[in-house]
Amino acid sequence: APPFPWFGLDIGGTLVKLVYFEPKDITAEEEEEEVENLKSIRKYLTSNVAYGSAGVRDVHLELKELTLCARKGNLHFIRFPTHDMPAFIHMGSEKHFSSLHTTLCATGGGAYKFEQDFRTMGDLQLCKLDELDCLVRGVLYIDSVGFNGHSECYYFENPTDAERCQKLPFNLENPYPLLLVNIGSGVSILAVYSKDNYKRVTGTSLGGGTFFGLCCLLTGCSTFEEALEMASHGDSTKVDKLVRDIYGGDYERFGLPGWAVASSFGNMMSKEKRESVSKEDLARATLVTITNNIGSIARMCALNENINRVVFVGNFLRINTISMRLLAYALDYWSKGQLKALFLEHEGYFGAVGALLGLLDSA
Amino acid sequence: MAERGGRGAHGSLDKSITLPPHEIFRNLENAKRFAIDIGGSLTKLAYYSTVQHKVARVRSFDHSGKDLEHEPLYEITVQEEITARLHFIKFENTYIETCLDFIKDHLVNTETKVIKATGGVFAYQKDSDTEFRFQTNHPNIFPYLLVNIGSGVSIVKVETEDKFEWIGGSSIGGGTFWGLGALLTKTKKFDELLQLASKGQHTNVDMLVKDVYGGAYQTLGLSGNLIASSFGKSTTADKEFSKEDMAKSLLHMISNDIGQLACLYAKLHNLDKIYFGGFFIRGHPVTMRTITYSINFFSKGEVQALFLRHEGYLGAIGAFLKGAEQDNPNQYSWGENYAGSSGLMSTSPDVFPMQRTRSGTFDMFEMDRLERPLVNLPLLKDPSTYIPDTVDLTDDAMARKYWLTCFEEALDGVAKRAAASQPDSVDAPERAEKFRHKYWNKLQTLRQQPFAYGTLTVRSLLDTREHCLNEFNFPDPYSKVKQKENGIALKCFQSVIESLDSLGWEERQFALVKGLLAGNVFDWGAKAVSDQWLERLKGPPHKCALIFADNSGIDIILGVFPFVRELLSRGTEVILACNSGPALNDVTYSESLIVTERIAAMDPVIQSALREEKLMLVQTGSSSPCLDLSRLDKGLAVLVRERATDLVIIEGMGRAIHTNYYAALNCESLKLAVIKNSWLADRLGGKIFSVIFKYEVPCK
Repeated sequence: APPFPWFGLDIGGTLVKLVYFEPKDITAEEEEEEVENLKSIRKYLTSNVAYGSAGVRDVHLELKELTLCARKGNLHFIRFPTHDMPAFIHMGSEKHFSSLHTTLCATGGGAYKFEQDFRTMGDLQLCKLDELDCLVRGVLYIDSVGFNGHSECYYFENPTDAERCQKLPFNLENPYPLLLVNIGSGVSILAVYSKDNYKRVTGTSLGGGTFFGLCCLLTGCSTFEEALEMASHGDSTKVDKLVRDIYGGDYERFGLPGWAVASSFGNMMSKEKRESVSKEDLARATLVTITNNIGSIARMCALNENINRVVFVGNFLRINTISMRLLAYALDYWSKGQLKALFLEHEGYFGAVGALLGLLDSA
Repeated sequence: MAERGGRGAHGSLDKSITLPPHEIFRNLENAKRFAIDIGGSLTKLAYYSTVQHKVARVRSFDHSGKDLEHEPLYEITVQEEITARLHFIKFENTYIETCLDFIKDHLVNTETKVIKATGGVFAYQKDSDTEFRFQTNHPNIFPYLLVNIGSGVSIVKVETEDKFEWIGGSSIGGGTFWGLGALLTKTKKFDELLQLASKGQHTNVDMLVKDVYGGAYQTLGLSGNLIASSFGKSTTADKEFSKEDMAKSLLHMISNDIGQLACLYAKLHNLDKIYFGGFFIRGHPVTMRTITYSINFFSKGEVQALFLRHEGYLGAIGAFLKGAEQDNPNQYSWGENYAGSSGLMSTSPDVFPMQRTRSGTFDMFEMDRLERPLVNLPLLKDPSTYIPDTVDLTDDAMARKYWLTCFEEALDGVAKRAAASQPDSVDAPERAEKFRHKYWNKLQTLRQQPFAYGTLTVRSLLDTREHCLNEFNFPDPYSKVKQKENGIALKCFQSVIESLDSLGWEERQFALVKGLLAGNVFDWGAKAVSDQWLERLKGPPHKCALIFADNSGIDIILGVFPFVRELLSRGTEVILACNSGPALNDVTYSESLIVTERIAAMDPVIQSALREEKLMLVQTGSSSPCLDLSRLDKGLAVLVRERATDLVIIEGMGRAIHTNYYAALNCESLKLAVIKNSWLADRLGGKIFSVIFKYEVPCK
């Protein structure tokens, strides 16, 4: 096994995801030998839940008593904004990370973008790993170890019935083939046929970054959480033009229900309606528009690839039940029950997990 | 003349309703049938009207006992004729009340009827001098995907003319661009949003692959300029973004999304052609470009994005089709009236503000009914690949400049001649000036936007001029000139025949070809070319020759007729095809009837050939100085087939050079013309007044 510390880093367009394996089986002997730097990093990460102004440890996601490379320990999940990368590298340099002679495995676009900074500012050589390899590997690994005795994967039963809709565990024991939809700032869609056999089917630039970016412009909000909070109080039907707004009810000739959105933001063509909507309505409409579009593209990909299980991951779905239910609903409704939307508890951390697993290979 | 409208590029859209309604809803008084389609944001209407306009007719005098030396050959009269026209108009719903009021006041009665129409289809091309590549009407367009981008997006799979199915859609469409764009930029109008977008930089708002990967994206085989996340850079509350940049980013986002979904549907249904329509496209090169880019990107070039020049009328035409079936649509053909249709808009909206202002808000499309069905010449080698025009001026900037200048320089003369052709009409000079102004404006539009009316060719320039002349009641400015020249030439006919008959066989063959080429300018440098023809003439006679005649006067009487006579004497039957309607000094079918009658009176060979139906006169169905072999009168096509025609002779610059120079037939053909234009002669590698003599034999 490689020397501690064990990190996996995924530097995305908006967020940096960091997983940290905290060994819990450290012998007294090891404790004695553990250099001060390493100890201080371990203490710093495990004794805090927030780092700097925007770094957060998702305590609820922590995987306990995990066995990795014959070591037992806890896996911690930490995230912070990508624009804090320079501060992060600076901290690594201050804590003399480089003196630990460890390898730092990183994936995501930022592994390339910040490689030079890591080298010059932090005296650290990054081991860059392919982001899709890491993603697929992370998903399959976390699903296989489970979530502290619970299922990692879940779905929504009765997604088309608001009253009876509920979140239920899903057994992804035999996962192939599956369509993996990763919604970060943008969206990547992968068809996974086996552990080592997958392909990127397509992607779209209308992703989490689009939702958040448009919300900032439309509502003046400044955090993703704020945008989601606003969306949860809004009504998108004031903003969108529905089928029933045009046809008075269902459009039977095309089999379109009256509630379906005919034109996203379509009501905003009218000055009066622009003046009567709230910021919350606009945030909700943005969320619904982006989510439905992803659902639609995912559905078409699933049909083209002849796959009926679609797993949605990525940090867009963090604390975003509205989107998850909408995706579950849309997939079920438009495929007449043929397609199933699945979700994973560790949403956006799979790339970082894959990077950590890559580190363990290298030994 | 762009400044004539006196409007600036900005803030003028609201005023476009001030365009006199009668210029938009043309000929409403005579509207017989009416269809309206009120969509989410645009209203489309279609009506059928009857148009009364002047036509020139010729009528033979009864010459018995008259002094043939001093009387004109025939009488020219101008009559009123009534023909049918289809009008299609689109406008933003904002104007609906004003428009409907106007219509109510002018409309007499309404009903719906069956109409069959086809529009020009084209594909958008990036990285090319031509931005649009037009397709001729392809016989095999099915199956295809029809993506209508209105407020939302509808995706329809079209398998045959009447078998189609709605297979999907998307809520992110034109309404999203408009609605979201209005919120983001406080700009209310769709056209203004597009204008903003065309000035913006989306890279200031979008997160690109290179923003995520830094400078190292090349190592991944990714293009750094790909958008990773639309609006991904606006995830901050403390930065201002320009309206232009946001509009551009929005345009890219929506176009890419629609293109991607369209490709996914095309793939699922195994289709490789996608037609785009709807107001989002509506002749907007900006959106056509982004959609085409998206289709190319997502399909990796496997799917073709196509647009209709008069897109957005599908619903209106469909509404007509759904009406009562009282007419048999197969009895007619329809041709676009270039004088009444508005053009496509420019990729750079500021270039020609007046034209933009007008067609941005109101778009007009008119089609005139041609009273006889038009079909392919049965002898065309491959009708699906036949393109009449020799040079695509949308493609060839140098040729375009040259020809536009040519037409500009000739315009004053044409207007003068038009006025002079009606000396008894008080308002002729005024109408001639209106004609001059209208055609001049069309030429200026074409300078800025060569694709405005479809593929730009010498033929379309000539045809547009004819349409504009007709528009102002100059049905046949050359009628008197032609009358005079026909009279003069007829007087020489007998002596020309006598001198030809006195020549030896081989000499006569040369002289006949020389006559066809209007002998006075013949350059014997072409001698070598005609050797092959001469050899052919020594062989067995042709079964039947089809001749497309060119000019009145010397050309038809002293050139074509002696040649016809020679063919007849070889035992070859002759079909002589002349234009149905007037164009320049070209001989019309009705003039040819009179001229032939007079020649027959002098020449027993012609007389007996007419009687025995070995010489047949037909009309082409065209009123153009050029020739489209895929749109010919059905009667001509039937006769060509019946008589087993095995030789086609096409003469004159318009028919043999501007068009059909490269036309491939599956029988022998002669293409002859004198290059009366030094620039063109230069281009073809010859001298002015040199001769094109193309004798072609199809490869077996």
